[in-house]
Amino acid sequence: MRTTLLLTGVLLAAPVLAGCTDNATGSDAAGSDDRSFTVAASDDACDVSGSQAPSGALRFDVTNTGSQITEFYLLADDGLRIIGEVENIGPGVSRSLTIKAPAGDYLTACKPGMRGDGIRAAFTVTASDDGEQQLSASDQQRVDEALAGYRLYVRDQSAQLLDKTARFVALYKAGQDDRARALYPEARTHWERIETVAESFGDLDPLMDAREADLEPGEDWTGWHRLEKDLWPAEAGAYRAMTPAQRATYADDLLANTRTLDDRIQDLDYTVDAVANGSRGLLEEVASGKVTGEEETWSHTDLWDFQANVDGARVAFEGLEPIVADHDPALAEQLTTRFEQLQVLLDAQRTADGFRLYTDLTQPEVKALADAVNALSEPLSHLTAAIV
Amino acid sequence: MAAARISRRGLLGGGVAAGLAGGFAAGRASADDTVTPAVTSYAFRGEHQAGIVTPAQDRLHFAAFDLTTDDRDEVVALLQDWTAAAERLTRGDGAGEVGPVDGAPELPPDDTGEAIGLPPSRLTITFGFGPTFFDRLALADRRPAALRRLPHFPADVLRPEISDGDLCVQACADDPQVAFHAVRNLTRIAFGRASMRWSQLGFGRTSSTSTTQDTPRNLFGFKDGTANVKAEQPEVLDAHVWVGADDDPAGGWLAGGSYLVARRISMSIETWDRQPLVDQEAIVGRTKGEGAPLGGTAEHDEPDLGAVTGLAPTIPVDAHVRVVHPSQHGGAQMLRRGYNFVDGSTPLGALDAGLFFLAFVRDPDTQFIPVQQAMASTDAMMEYLEVTGSALFAVPPGVGPGEYVGQGLLV
Repeated sequence: MRTTLLLTGVLLAAPVLAGCTDNATGSDAAGSDDRSFTVAASDDACDVSGSQAPSGALRFDVTNTGSQITEFYLLADDGLRIIGEVENIGPGVSRSLTIKAPAGDYLTACKPGMRGDGIRAAFTVTASDDGEQQLSASDQQRVDEALAGYRLYVRDQSAQLLDKTARFVALYKAGQDDRARALYPEARTHWERIETVAESFGDLDPLMDAREADLEPGEDWTGWHRLEKDLWPAEAGAYRAMTPAQRATYADDLLANTRTLDDRIQDLDYTVDAVANGSRGLLEEVASGKVTGEEETWSHTDLWDFQANVDGARVAFEGLEPIVADHDPALAEQLTTRFEQLQVLLDAQRTADGFRLYTDLTQPEVKALADAVNALSEPLSHLTAAIV
Repeated sequence: MAAARISRRGLLGGGVAAGLAGGFAAGRASADDTVTPAVTSYAFRGEHQAGIVTPAQDRLHFAAFDLTTDDRDEVVALLQDWTAAAERLTRGDGAGEVGPVDGAPELPPDDTGEAIGLPPSRLTITFGFGPTFFDRLALADRRPAALRRLPHFPADVLRPEISDGDLCVQACADDPQVAFHAVRNLTRIAFGRASMRWSQLGFGRTSSTSTTQDTPRNLFGFKDGTANVKAEQPEVLDAHVWVGADDDPAGGWLAGGSYLVARRISMSIETWDRQPLVDQEAIVGRTKGEGAPLGGTAEHDEPDLGAVTGLAPTIPVDAHVRVVHPSQHGGAQMLRRGYNFVDGSTPLGALDAGLFFLAFVRDPDTQFIPVQQAMASTDAMMEYLEVTGSALFAVPPGVGPGEYVGQGLLV
């Protein structure tokens, strides 16, 4: 059982998550009807009985009316940070999610087939006095909530990584190079969002994410960037394209490693300093590889990775933000502001299908991004000390 | 003038001096300093910023920054943080209040640590504001007329990425690691408010700013800065270095400060080295050994610009010492404080070497621009020079007790 590996039963103790209890009663939801909702989750719809609630403990009773296993999520309005989820709801099964939510904009999502972004809808939580009382929590509760939220986030990103990697390698093996090239940065987004977690598996990381320049002489080169070079051979000079058999070998290897990674991530548990250090670490990844354009040597899709690293760092910070705001409000405010300032610069580089290529950026644009990364990284290096 | 701390070994004579001006000049005969190492540190606060008339230290790390915010409060906070750090650093303490190894283990240290165990090394840190600083903060009404981008001069091949800047920090010390440590930590403090635009290391002073110092040599092998403004000439400093209260209606805040001209001058030293000695001396207008003006016998002899040898002027019409001589420019002098630099080598195997020219003047329009124009158009030395970086900064006056640097501009 995976749950036996959880430290201190954090997940079960955290009221935020509630999650897996079929027998929760109305009393868990503060006995307030305007905080209780039903969700009819079919194969092509996600009907929530309301789209607005006062802050406090919310309850969602989810019934799977479809034919596939489904999941239900309450997400922060960035669509990335998971406030709460129920997984593995079989056809005909009902489960409930009880969760504490402060005022703000959210998204509800059902994931029939447990794939993709899910069927999403906006959900608003308004401020309410009795709700704020319900929300006051001790540091330990907040830590538990932050850790549980982060754990869910990593698992969700890993699942999406596995899903998109499977599609990517299928396209690549089938010689559908245009479609493979289009999916490449999108799939890698999920890797980059959890890069510091993935890198904690020292055996998998070099097999999956090594760049050619990282290799020792004679070392076999596998993973994403091996395929990247084969998909963008024009950049590679006298490069000899892989045969279909070679393609299959390297593609299957990447998929197998991605599956292993996903398996291991199910068992992972986190400490609060690991989450904080992971946030800092993701910005270091940006500073050392993405803002320099060294990560995607052939595809030049570095800004996708850049954004994904920033996503992961921000999600980790936002989970910890209530604690930081208590201990060091100036730091919390500064980090929030500087995440926003960096995001403004990244948004300016967006195109219809993603981001401009690194090689299309001007030197002043790169410098401005580097400045914003430095501006954020310096206070981010104080995050761990502010929460432990 | 910054107050000097004096070690228990005793007073140093002079400590401060003044000199003359002119581009590449030459100095007294002996090898190096007569400054005893009695002074080990200079106070950051004082009537004028340290690092101007302070006897030139041996090493330089100069950095230009661009603001990354247009919020005046954030800039004030940066200058306050810089002031506090500079005061500590010049004392020989860490950049932060805690220090490199005494902080909480889960926090990054507030000082980077490479100066642990090193003495203050006569560190001075001098701050300045570039013309663009005023645009950025909507302070155009407080920008003195003279504070604007220097005009293009012949032989300027400027690289924008090593020119200009909203702010500058000049760190000088006798130990290069101490100067570097200052710039590194000030850069770190600035993240989010200002980012480094360019920086330049200098390894050997090319000017003496005190009569207690001998004249050093530039990379052409000639004494440089013989005729410099020196600290021991208060009336010359007032006339040629310190900005007066009434110099500019927009620049009252700059009274007691100065203008800093920074020019990265690349030298074709390989070509220079192939010139016969007599030609080298004719180009400079001085002897290579003693540094005496041609026709004279000692370094500090006044050049006789009217002297004739045979049918030709003893000091050629295009000799450097003549072209930049104050008598050719209405008496204009400047306090030069430059450093030799070598930034590795070029792809063609030449040394990327030269002079990082720094000069403090009361008015760049009369004391620098005409001299540079004359030099660029008529100086024989220009054949071996190329200016690759250029900047002008206003250096505010010294920082009083409880103040931050530049406070007069921003209040």
